[in-house]
Amino acid sequence: MSWFTQTLTSSIGKKLLMALTGLFLISFLVIHAAINAMIFYNDGGETFTHWGHFMGTNPIIRTLEIGLVAGFIIHIVDGLMLWKSNAAARPVKYAVNKAEANSTWYSRSMGLLGTLLLIFLVIHTAHFWIPNRSNQFATGEELNLYQMMLDIFQNPIVVLIYVLGCISLFWHLLHGFKSAFQSLGLNHVKYNGLISFVGTAFSIVIPLLFALMPISIYLGWVY
Amino acid sequence: MATSSNLDAKIPQGPIETKWSKYKSSVALVNPANKRNLEIIVVGTGLAGASAAATLAEMGYKVKAFCFQDSPRRAHSIAAQGGINAAKNYQNDGDSVYRLFYDTIKGGDYRAREGNVHRLAEVSGNIIDQCVAAGVPFAREYGGLLSNRSFGGTQVQRTFYAAGQTGQQLLLGAYSGLQRQVGMGTVKMYNRHEMLDVVNIDGKCRGIIARNLITGEVERHGGHAVLLCTGGYGNVFYLSTNAMGSNVTAAWKAHKRGAYFGNPCFTQIHPTCIPVSGEHQSKLTLMSESLRNDGRIWVPKKKNDTRPGNEIPEDERDYYLERRYPAFGNLVPRDIASRAAKERCDAGYGVGTSKLAVFLDFAAAVERYGKGEANKNNIVNPSKEDITIWGKAVVKEKYGNLFDMYKQITGEDPYEVPMRIYPAVHYTMGGLWVDYNLMTTVPGLYCLGEANFSDHGANRLGASALMQGLADGYFVIPYTIGSYLSKEIGTGKISTDHPEFIKVEKEVKDRIDTLIKIQGKTSPELFHRRLGQIMWDKCGMARNAQGLKEAIVEIRELRKQFWSDVKVMGNTTEFNPELDKAGRVADFIELGELMCIDALTREESCGGHFREEHQTEEGEALRDDENFMFVSAWEHKAQEEWELHKEELIYDNIKIAQRSYK
Amino acid sequence: MSAGNMHIKLKVWRQSNSNTQGGFENYSLDTVSPDMSFLEMFDVLNEQLIETGTEPVAFDHDCREGICGMCSMYINGQPHGPLRGVTTCQLHMRSFKDGDTIVVEPWRAEAFPVIKDLVVDRDAFDRVIAAGGFVSVNTGNAQDANSLPIPKVAADDAFAAAACIGCGACVAACKNASAMLFVSAKISQLALLPQGQAERNIRAEKMVAQMDAEGFGACTNTGACAAECPKEISLENIARMNREYIGAKLSSSAV
Repeated sequence: MSWFTQTLTSSIGKKLLMALTGLFLISFLVIHAAINAMIFYNDGGETFTHWGHFMGTNPIIRTLEIGLVAGFIIHIVDGLMLWKSNAAARPVKYAVNKAEANSTWYSRSMGLLGTLLLIFLVIHTAHFWIPNRSNQFATGEELNLYQMMLDIFQNPIVVLIYVLGCISLFWHLLHGFKSAFQSLGLNHVKYNGLISFVGTAFSIVIPLLFALMPISIYLGWVY
Repeated sequence: MATSSNLDAKIPQGPIETKWSKYKSSVALVNPANKRNLEIIVVGTGLAGASAAATLAEMGYKVKAFCFQDSPRRAHSIAAQGGINAAKNYQNDGDSVYRLFYDTIKGGDYRAREGNVHRLAEVSGNIIDQCVAAGVPFAREYGGLLSNRSFGGTQVQRTFYAAGQTGQQLLLGAYSGLQRQVGMGTVKMYNRHEMLDVVNIDGKCRGIIARNLITGEVERHGGHAVLLCTGGYGNVFYLSTNAMGSNVTAAWKAHKRGAYFGNPCFTQIHPTCIPVSGEHQSKLTLMSESLRNDGRIWVPKKKNDTRPGNEIPEDERDYYLERRYPAFGNLVPRDIASRAAKERCDAGYGVGTSKLAVFLDFAAAVERYGKGEANKNNIVNPSKEDITIWGKAVVKEKYGNLFDMYKQITGEDPYEVPMRIYPAVHYTMGGLWVDYNLMTTVPGLYCLGEANFSDHGANRLGASALMQGLADGYFVIPYTIGSYLSKEIGTGKISTDHPEFIKVEKEVKDRIDTLIKIQGKTSPELFHRRLGQIMWDKCGMARNAQGLKEAIVEIRELRKQFWSDVKVMGNTTEFNPELDKAGRVADFIELGELMCIDALTREESCGGHFREEHQTEEGEALRDDENFMFVSAWEHKAQEEWELHKEELIYDNIKIAQRSYK
Repeated sequence: MSAGNMHIKLKVWRQSNSNTQGGFENYSLDTVSPDMSFLEMFDVLNEQLIETGTEPVAFDHDCREGICGMCSMYINGQPHGPLRGVTTCQLHMRSFKDGDTIVVEPWRAEAFPVIKDLVVDRDAFDRVIAAGGFVSVNTGNAQDANSLPIPKVAADDAFAAAACIGCGACVAACKNASAMLFVSAKISQLALLPQGQAERNIRAEKMVAQMDAEGFGACTNTGACAAECPKEISLENIARMNREYIGAKLSSSAV
């Protein structure tokens, strides 16, 4: 094994990959949330569609999108591998385990939260990204994503799924954001407070923003 | 008096200052190619064992190391708290090799060998250098240099420390050196193995019999030399500050195979331990001597005073150590502090529910440090509360882990109320008799660290045990072993198929089978308790002829009961702590008998050995240099039968005096 | 034999050896004193078992003053029991209530196989140290101890990391049975001191490789290890180890 693969397949290397891809996905969330939030202009989707068009057609963004897909895949596959090897490290479980005394439930449930997010991701991409990109490949034309949103979010079950997805994202981020810095070795008494504050704020603001979108459409605030 | 012809201490000739350096330049060497063919067995992996095993392997010898614990890092050296002495004179307070040598001989009440102790003082500085180089994080001052504190029996600050965990840090340093060799394959480590006998062939030690404590398998191991680094035997008293597993078995087996036992009755009772709280107690916990740097020891002036310590006004307190020993105050040597506490308690001034305790009080230190902090930070007229808060913070930094431990065990907060302390068995100065080379009376069988008798006389000064363990392992044995092994280069590999190995192995197995087959009614634990009670009552802090004679009879009776009534559960081919314990208790019982015989024979008081018949009018130990300035080296002849050999102690460099700390 | 009057029910894991299946046994004690340590309570149990001809419970213990790191019980779902910063041997029965039921299990980890009852094999830790947890300085090579000043803060931090007793509570507490707190404590100690600089890279690389080879899990930063560590070793050490390891991998000449 070369030093490179050796590094990335070591326990710390796997965590490093999780952290780097995690932070990359976090940066994606910022962009994604920012552009989608354009619907709150309530201008019939004009601003949103403008930026959506930019994101869907700009060659640099399209290239970065490949990285994004790779980021998702690495984060997911690496996470599942970690889940498996970590489970194997304790083949016999405790009969009584009072884990709540030493750690938060969500920090112990990143695999579970991640899996929920993966399920949500499949549903979400099936709603928007996959049909849109398929159409682009087939016809070169983009779909009217704004209208699709208005249509899809009329279904209360879909809205509920999206809200639940956002809640999972909140818990996942609440641990993941800070955890990524720790995995990268960034733990310093001077900056820990800042990381913790930004992490918590981010975990609240972004999922809240996302959750408001289907809710607002369903309730007719955005039309 | 003359030294017995059986004993040759092999002290090099010449002035004391040059004995060791001359020895080092003239001792026979073993060349590297031959070292590879010589095997050394090291039993025990405490400071002495781990440092010896690592150093000998570095030199090129093939080493096998054994410990009964699950890892060499668990050895009881790890529990040493206060510090390690070295004559560095970093504090510029007048320390020197001679002064450390002198303090140690005097502290030992003139019952230690000059040559060995001077060598110890000489190498003490190297130990600190070596430990720092190995990454031991000693306490430091803001300038980045090493910090020192005081210990008992000295008037200089020569004790290096790492909070209250110095033993831990030093052991982990030695352990990491050992693991380095294990990783390189030059040391083969056998953990969870207990040595159960030594094998002598044609008058030389050629190996050991050990038992794998997980599988119960009895194994033969051959070597050109065997080093016993197996610690002290304080657990003969059942309650002591030793670890539960600390035992005398290895040393005792060696004794029964020909190694003489030196000064077995010299036991150190440590003055500052947490008092016994009930019958269920399995061990005693030490509160480091370093606490006496800042803590003041006192009892109420009134008998049977039941008020809590912090409610007794200053003028009703008797700071009896400061009163009796103004020059050294609370920092008198351990034997003196212990006896003074016992004297006060026996006279009815003891505190706590058992009345077997005295106060160790930090209120004065908190105030002093608090004011110091205020000065440092240029605060004028600080409030009393602030002083207390700052003072407590300083005390916490210095002794935090000890205070936490005290609180955990007693349920009382020592930051608020004075600690209650009482003496407890802590260390044994006695051990296998060794010569200057650290070799026992069996050629090829060495003994290092607390397990030997050599350096502390009748009382060990605080912070000197760590020094001796590492001196023996790092700096003495690597030289002295050459004088023996240089003659062994033609011996070839030691075969464990020799009839003697087979014979001793069978004896070991037979004993194990006997133990398990008795199936009596009493657990090994209860026998151990009974032995401990006899030893503490009659061979403890104060001894007299009457009591010792009774103890000998009682111990012999106990031995007979043990071998007819012990109940060992489980079987011999599995992990069986009860069986391990039974074997150790059986050996403790035999040792207890010898300790009482030795104490009875030594018709004087010296250091930790206090015979009530021999004391001054003020109650201090009264030595008899005329008749007892010798090391008692006991040769085992048969059951209940020993022969005493005497090694005369000659003091050419120190003027013998009545020990005074007044 | 004891003066106490607490009643305690125990549910203890019993297992003859590593090749057999284990299970829980129930015991009841009526004379527990609140001043007893948890292990002394086990002594009482074992005396009681011996009296009734039952094999006593095997458990690891030695110094009983919280420093050797040998005791290792998982008590009511927590390593070393409910208190922070305390080993099993320093846990006292006053931390429990009369009538309590206490469940005691061995450390559970692939890398810590059960030897018997509550005793596990922690040789993996020794092998991790043997892989690089040392400064390669042969005896006799050292310069004067004060020739190299070390800032007090560095010495104090190194000491705080070096206070690890190697008990394995971190592994036991971690949901992934990760040994990173243990390994990082040693890497940190030596990385903080000037004496450890020469082997800094190779130490991090080798110790982490050995840790992985032993079958410990990876860290998910839950913080359970530091919360349960009887010596309160900080999570900062794991961050430092990550830096050391990544830095070593990126810069060392080993390809």
